[in-house]
Amino acid sequence: MKKSKLLMLTGSLLLLSLFVLPLWNITLEAPQYPSSLGIDIYITKMQGHNEGDIQNINIMNHYVGMDKLPEQMKEFELFPIVVIVMVILGVIIGFIGKKKLFLTWFVAMSILGSIGMYDFYLWEYEYGHNLNPKAPIQFPGQAYQPPLIGTKTILNFKAHSYPRSGGYLLFLGMFMSLGAFYVAIKEEEAESKNAAT
Amino acid sequence: MKLSFKSFLILLMFGLSLAIVSCQQGSGNSALKSSTAEKVFVAPGEYDEFYAFVSGGFSGQLAVYGLPSGRLFKIIPVFSVDGEKAWGFNEETKPMLETSYGFIPWDDSHHPDISQTNGVLDGRWVFINGNNTPRIARIDLTTFETVEIIELPNSAGNHSSPYVTDNTEYVIAGTRFGVPVPQRDISINDYKGNFKGALSFIKIDQETGGMDLSFQILMPGFDYDKAHPGRGKSDGWMFFTTYNVEEANTLLEINASQRDKDFIAAVNWKKAEEYIKAGKFRTMKTKYAHNVYNDETHSATSTMKTEVRILDPGNLPGLVYFLPMPKSPHGCDVDPSGEYIVGSGKLSANVTVHSFPKMMKAIKEKKFDGESYGIPILKFEDVLAGVVEQPGLGPLHTEFDGKGNAYTSFFISSEVVKWKLGTWEVIDRKPTYYSVGHVMIPGGNSQKPFGKYLLAMNKITKDRFLPTGPEVTQSAQLYDITGDKMELLLDFPTVGEPHYAAGIPADLIKAKSKKFFKLDENKHPYATKSQDDVKVVRDGKDVHIYMTTIRSHFAPDNIEGVKVGDRVYFHVTNIEQDYDVPHGIAMIGANTSELLIMPGQTETFVWEPKEVGVWPFYCTDFCSALHQEMQGYVRVSPRNSKIKLSWSLDGE
Repeated sequence: MKKSKLLMLTGSLLLLSLFVLPLWNITLEAPQYPSSLGIDIYITKMQGHNEGDIQNINIMNHYVGMDKLPEQMKEFELFPIVVIVMVILGVIIGFIGKKKLFLTWFVAMSILGSIGMYDFYLWEYEYGHNLNPKAPIQFPGQAYQPPLIGTKTILNFKAHSYPRSGGYLLFLGMFMSLGAFYVAIKEEEAESKNAAT
Repeated sequence: MKLSFKSFLILLMFGLSLAIVSCQQGSGNSALKSSTAEKVFVAPGEYDEFYAFVSGGFSGQLAVYGLPSGRLFKIIPVFSVDGEKAWGFNEETKPMLETSYGFIPWDDSHHPDISQTNGVLDGRWVFINGNNTPRIARIDLTTFETVEIIELPNSAGNHSSPYVTDNTEYVIAGTRFGVPVPQRDISINDYKGNFKGALSFIKIDQETGGMDLSFQILMPGFDYDKAHPGRGKSDGWMFFTTYNVEEANTLLEINASQRDKDFIAAVNWKKAEEYIKAGKFRTMKTKYAHNVYNDETHSATSTMKTEVRILDPGNLPGLVYFLPMPKSPHGCDVDPSGEYIVGSGKLSANVTVHSFPKMMKAIKEKKFDGESYGIPILKFEDVLAGVVEQPGLGPLHTEFDGKGNAYTSFFISSEVVKWKLGTWEVIDRKPTYYSVGHVMIPGGNSQKPFGKYLLAMNKITKDRFLPTGPEVTQSAQLYDITGDKMELLLDFPTVGEPHYAAGIPADLIKAKSKKFFKLDENKHPYATKSQDDVKVVRDGKDVHIYMTTIRSHFAPDNIEGVKVGDRVYFHVTNIEQDYDVPHGIAMIGANTSELLIMPGQTETFVWEPKEVGVWPFYCTDFCSALHQEMQGYVRVSPRNSKIKLSWSLDGE
């Protein structure tokens, strides 16, 4: 099998890791939490990094009037479908082996990824700004939105927001499809050279 | 004039430089002290190298310290009620202090001993004796809580206990007092021959740690003072020191000190197992409590047992031998190899050491020097390994460093003496402040001592600390024993009498220490696992409140419909699932203590309101920023009131 096809196939199949590995993680650090609090975000759920973390984040956040972390979200139903569809398309494209399709898949993934990040931002904004007016602790003008990506200080907490293993494999998969596109160009050049000689 | 001013300046400079030199000399001394200080300094946030479980003596509890710092971490309630932790006050732990005499809120806890595997500390459990109402407790080292207490029938003054065998097959407990067995109304003057001393063998379940009184050996009515299991080559034997072989029943300080030699009783417990298997026991009716705490129901149960198997050593050859030991021996210690049995005749000027191989040889050759109540007595000279000549006054207890050295405490001359096994020469002596009882080296009574520190536990402190009225603190002292000479590092105060201790490297325990109880695994019959499930239920005059706590509120926190004369049970579940977030609760006028509830745990206290009114309760453990807001009310109406039970949180 051609190298480009192989790259495309492997790249798209890497997306399947998202069903077992976390896509993203938000970690909160404070002196009273020596082992820190963390949320692992999967395409199907949010889960405490340590047992009890979700409840402990909820307990902490209720003092400033934040909602509980959602157990159900429409994204958790939609994302798995999108991922499955893209994996199937990726595999089909891999077998077809046309370089333009490789690029199309990569572009489609990039657009979907951007939409995903925008959606994540909207949720974070809502989570950090929608505060109970009866909250016991209130700081006028203070919002508790975690960073989209990077590190930010929120009151006594340091919040880190970064991709996790599933997220990194997703990026790797996407770049493999881009790689497949370039390798396919090289392969075509080589073939045409061979044909010429 | 000028000149003399100059010379004055010079003189002044000279004087100053002298002062500086002498200051430097002064700081030179304190530098020496600061190097000692460094040896016990554990920097903020760092951990101690060893845990020390130090008994509380007449406090009835067990305290956990760090070594070398001497910092106190926790007091584990064992035999005495503890209002701080609601031990013996909440409904769940009351059964732990049940005995055949009913509920007893106190005891005298003496000898902690850590479980072993192959003669090496394994950090599973600590066992400790209750002296006054004979009991043995087991503390689980994942929760650092007392999880089991078993009472010992036919025993009185449960002092020579508890001691674990090489593989924790048995925890063994001897009686200090001879008593009539079974108890009956006879003249005290009929002591001789009629009073007995029971040696109890408690079988340990290796999976659960569960204790079962397997059998008792009914010995003559001597006082069985201290004990030590054989180690390694002497595994299978148990050694007890005795005093009062005179069998005196009055003015023992004179009448029990008449004989030149008392005995060490050598008990072959493997033989005892054979006799039990062969059915050579008699079953005796008796009564003793067996109390077990369950970490899933967070509750204890107390069961009254009614039978015990008895072995009579006079009729069972090979079960027990007596080894003569000078002058009312107290300490009985076996070295890590299992070869030497060290007896400390507390009225003797010498420390006498017997040899296990010589004992076996004498038994084999049947070289007996008469018998006592059918138990063969071996000849002193035949079993003697050696004598440490005149090491001090009033030898009590010996521990070992695993490098061939023994360390014996001397009560009267108030010192610790280091001597060499085999050559019996004294290597070093250091004073204690004052009148040391036990000494402890982590693992120092096992096959594998961790011979870095020795802890001396004193009986008297006098002027060592700031005075606190007639009752002054008790104390322990830490010595560095890594060099040829011992070095005193630290004095630290202790809670209650630090009678004896058991030390263990922290690495063998700390990773296993539980952080919190899982709410999913809570099987308490009155557990409330979610705030949605809270309720108040009336059952006649009993009112059961199913309550939850989480930062920073109780649910429910407003309750109405309680009446004067009700018995109100607060069943409170801490539904937190985070490390170190306990909640407490206390109710005005409740004739009991607060509760201190760990995450995932349910505890219950009872309140019997006596007057109408609206009565508050609040959280006693500073749990969060809004801890002070964590409070609630119960409305109490007259007995004939028609007000229905109702409960709410935030109006819901």
